[in-house]
Amino acid sequence: MTATFNDRIDIALTVNGEAVTARVPAGQHLTDFLRLELGLTGAHASCEHGVCGACTVQVDGQAVRGCLMLAAQAEGSTVWTIEGLTDTGVVADLQAEFVARNALQCGFCTPGMLVAAQDLLCTAMAQGGEVPDRAAIREHLSGNYCRCTGYEAIVDAISAVAEARHAGTAA
Amino acid sequence: MKASVGGYARATDLRHALDLLAAGDGSARILAGGQSLIAALNMRLSTGDLLIDINRIDALKGITCDGSRLRIGALTRHAEIAVDPLVARHAPLLRKATDVIAHAAIRNRGTIGGAVAHADPAAEFPACVLALDGIIHVEGPDGARDIPAADFFVDVFETTIAPDEILTAISLPVAEPDERQVIHEFGRRSGDYALAGVCLVRRAAGHRIVCISVATRPELATAAMARLDAGDPDGAVAALEEALDPPSDTQATAAYRRHLAGVMLRRAVADITGETA
Repeated sequence: MTATFNDRIDIALTVNGEAVTARVPAGQHLTDFLRLELGLTGAHASCEHGVCGACTVQVDGQAVRGCLMLAAQAEGSTVWTIEGLTDTGVVADLQAEFVARNALQCGFCTPGMLVAAQDLLCTAMAQGGEVPDRAAIREHLSGNYCRCTGYEAIVDAISAVAEARHAGTAA
Repeated sequence: MKASVGGYARATDLRHALDLLAAGDGSARILAGGQSLIAALNMRLSTGDLLIDINRIDALKGITCDGSRLRIGALTRHAEIAVDPLVARHAPLLRKATDVIAHAAIRNRGTIGGAVAHADPAAEFPACVLALDGIIHVEGPDGARDIPAADFFVDVFETTIAPDEILTAISLPVAEPDERQVIHEFGRRSGDYALAGVCLVRRAAGHRIVCISVATRPELATAAMARLDAGDPDGAVAALEEALDPPSDTQATAAYRRHLAGVMLRRAVADITGETA
């Protein structure tokens, strides 16, 4: 009866620029796969129902909740985690600004914050180059909890990078 | 907690998905965007499910318009609806709803078909589809069925889709030239489920009102609609509050939800008439 359903699924995907093949349990979400099988512990498994945003990673160019996508669904996908985004330097300006402005304390939410912020800035640049204002930044980060900073420094950091990137592309 | 699922299968086309659904013998579940289903699985609200992943079925994707109806494939993501020019022109209510549905990362995965089939009374798209008098298109082993939204929603998480059927698309009448469509809701955090919300549509045939998070399913607020048709917004708010019997929970009491629904209706009316609420 269940012969058509599998409890282990073979997948092939690209993670942080490297080809990966694996056999994953049917119910394993992408965050656990990244953390437990690949040792990429930047994306955090926290609430596991899509509320906190600590698991946010990039799949096929879009920010997604790693805990609300099965590893099996990532077949053929291109996944970037905070480790890969750090190595390529695409979020280096955001990271530097987070440090400069104390936009993190314990750091648990930071990988998800950075992926969400990068998502906003890339989307904003793609849609006409408009610099997102503080309200737009807050709205975009509404799905990422931070229990340390009170958010103000995070918004400051992203706002500064948005301005700097805009100035950079305009120059 | 971790999900405990019975198995996974990736459907290659609709026929394959229907065959898998039949083979699942009652334990199969359709996995679309997964933004509600995987959360429920992670919390073990359901265990042993046989998941049918329909994300690779191209026939369930895309938005088309034949001049009188807008058809939205079940797998269309919220983020796609948010930026689609056909939706913005012919069903602006759906575009506006995407502003208040969850968060960006969730809108990148969530699908309209999944939201409507899931029939969460706190969700926006089920209410929108009823407010717009839409049709839900399903397909089963015996062929296709078209279910008017008014006959679709039964109870919390319960619809008239048969266990062997799959939701394939939503279709909506295109907005009339003077039609107005608005959604107003109130939540504790941007993107959270609303404590109460209102979809309001004004078309030549009259007003249509459907509330969010105040009943076990989306329903037309007919008494309030009649008062708005009569040009009596105060009467409409009173009629709405009179008709509602919302749940009390840790988020809000019934009385607070009832009050909020009235406030949201006032804001919605002000929105379409251009006045200040």
